[in-house]
Amino acid sequence: MDVLEKLTILTDAAKYDAACTSSGGDRTAKKGYIGNTSSSVAGCCHTFSADGRCVTLLKVLLTNNCVYDCKYCINRRSNDTRRAAFTPEELADLTIQFYRRNYIEGLFLSSGVFRSPDYTTELMIRALRLLREQYRFNGYIHAKAIPGTSPELVEQLGFLADRLSVNIELPSEAGLKTLAPDKTKQAILAPMGQIRVRNQQSREELVKYRHAPKFAPAGQSTQLIVGATQDTDFHILRLTQGLYDRYRLKRVFYSAYVPVVEHALLPSKDVKPPLLREHRLYQADWLLRFYGFRAEELLDEAHQDFDPRVDPKCSWALAHLDFFPVEVNTADYETLLRVPGVGVTSARRILTARRAGRLRIESLPKLGVVMKRAQYFLTASGKVADGLRFTPDSLLRGLIAAEQPSLPQPPMEQLSLFDPA
Amino acid sequence: MTEMIYTYDGSFEGFLCCIFDSYANKEVLTAIFRDEDFAPSLFASRWIPTDRDHANRVLRKIVKVSPYTVELLQKGFLTCLPEKEIHLYRLVVKLLREGPGFLRNFSDETLYPVITAVRHLNGEAHLLKGFVRFSDLGGVLGGEIEPKNRVLPLLRSHFCARYQNERFFLYDRTHKEALFYAAGKAVIRPLEDFQMAPPDQAEANYRILWKRFYDTIAIKERYNPRCRMTNMPKRYWGTMTEFQDERYFTVPDSPAAAPAPAVPDGRSAPGKLPGPGPSGPGSAL
Repeated sequence: MDVLEKLTILTDAAKYDAACTSSGGDRTAKKGYIGNTSSSVAGCCHTFSADGRCVTLLKVLLTNNCVYDCKYCINRRSNDTRRAAFTPEELADLTIQFYRRNYIEGLFLSSGVFRSPDYTTELMIRALRLLREQYRFNGYIHAKAIPGTSPELVEQLGFLADRLSVNIELPSEAGLKTLAPDKTKQAILAPMGQIRVRNQQSREELVKYRHAPKFAPAGQSTQLIVGATQDTDFHILRLTQGLYDRYRLKRVFYSAYVPVVEHALLPSKDVKPPLLREHRLYQADWLLRFYGFRAEELLDEAHQDFDPRVDPKCSWALAHLDFFPVEVNTADYETLLRVPGVGVTSARRILTARRAGRLRIESLPKLGVVMKRAQYFLTASGKVADGLRFTPDSLLRGLIAAEQPSLPQPPMEQLSLFDPA
Repeated sequence: MTEMIYTYDGSFEGFLCCIFDSYANKEVLTAIFRDEDFAPSLFASRWIPTDRDHANRVLRKIVKVSPYTVELLQKGFLTCLPEKEIHLYRLVVKLLREGPGFLRNFSDETLYPVITAVRHLNGEAHLLKGFVRFSDLGGVLGGEIEPKNRVLPLLRSHFCARYQNERFFLYDRTHKEALFYAAGKAVIRPLEDFQMAPPDQAEANYRILWKRFYDTIAIKERYNPRCRMTNMPKRYWGTMTEFQDERYFTVPDSPAAAPAPAVPDGRSAPGKLPGPGPSGPGSAL
């Protein structure tokens, strides 16, 4: 089997993993080595695939042979699919040559579980070591830690990779039991806890010794599949919050479940992936990480799922109309962040701009405030936007209309004059 | 104070001299043109010679008042903002008249056009850090871009750090200049015409591999061309490997040597390739 064919099979097997970032690293170039990691906070996207997702790393599996039989996964043991495995040399050559041509920012190496988690991780370590030491690759590496791997091997992996991730995949233990019988919650959380502790220690060592080796300097992330099980948004969001708080994760990724297999326990194959739900979860995730929201504010026992019509922040604002309007000339940063249509950047700009003089409503769009959402919630020097009148009912309609054009539209349908129904 | 149109040689120093002379001659500028853009008109105009000392005096003065403005001027001068010179001139005049306080206010009418243009420049440079594609031409890496702004000075440090041990060049088709790097030294030189050499066998193979990777990584069920176009506007596609036609992937001497990428060759995984769907090579451009 030639490399082109292997690449096709192993890319195809890896593409359902949503995580693809190159952020968090700040390693400078080293003499005799190839590359560095992007200094930009947001990482660096090298292209966007036809589904609109950023491609920054060479995302492949080392092998798609797998002894596990997770029902939702395309690589499960019982699936009749073509299997392949890269040799460490092939993988290193691909990475280096792609990197030189600026196709990629680095390597994202994951793998099916070949024989056992330990054996697979050893193979990954061997491949990464060859890439780092013999091929002298100094770019970004994101490696998957496989649940159930022994701590010594995770340790070694962490010194080779910039970022590690352990995928939770199913947001509840019940889901794991039915759909991924070979995985347990404990096996997933153990490496996560280890990575957090080691990462913390490594940072402390770096303070004392300048050349101390860095353990996963870009932190860790995880992925949750949305829509394969019955878990509610509230459950997923609370889990996310727990992961950020307790395990200091950099990111939690959500992957709308794409039915790849027909199974009684899973949504049927003609169900569309819940893309809007995934979108709402990402919006809420940003609110948790940058806007100072808590999961309990956005959803609660009575409201378990997000409103598909408006984004979570608008939804919160609609439920807390007594909080508004906010006066832009006096409100503090945290309050500004709660206004729909005001983001981190525009809130900062408002803070600096108002030191130079009083702000007027007309200057807000120039500061980056999205007025079609923000106008209902802001005043500037006590004034609202010209000619703005609304009732709670028209407010909701206005907010829905404001977001409508940026959401994917349902395909056009030819209406029939003579509907048989 | 009389109104006047200035013309200059198109260099940054020349532009600073325009500012110097406008103060020296007590003239208010209504327009500043590069020599080649200037069409004689009924309004009074003056040609400004470039004088390094004058340029430095202007720069020193601005640094003293606001170092941030120097960065704005340098970057603003690289942007594609129409009549950028007069916008930058007005920024300097306002700075020297009122002090740096107004620079805090993003929505200030003098600052806003400049800062928007600079953000456009920064944004384009950031995207191009990812979208530039190099080819290995016998050991030397070569790439082409077609940006709206003059981004090469902003890309220089990024690529020089990343490819420290390589030799490479990057050609800017729009502004007809190229960045050359070898052995720790980088220069940007004007280059009137440039034609990329055809690939050799190894280069063609890596292009095919990349194209195949790109076509395979997309999830068919999530196909979303609008999202892709928002993140990666079509004007960048022209210089990117994954959107080139078949000839780009073949070695000219032996056209049959390399198979066309992303066309299922029968031996591939059944049903796994995106196939000649929307992301096929022919339909992309």
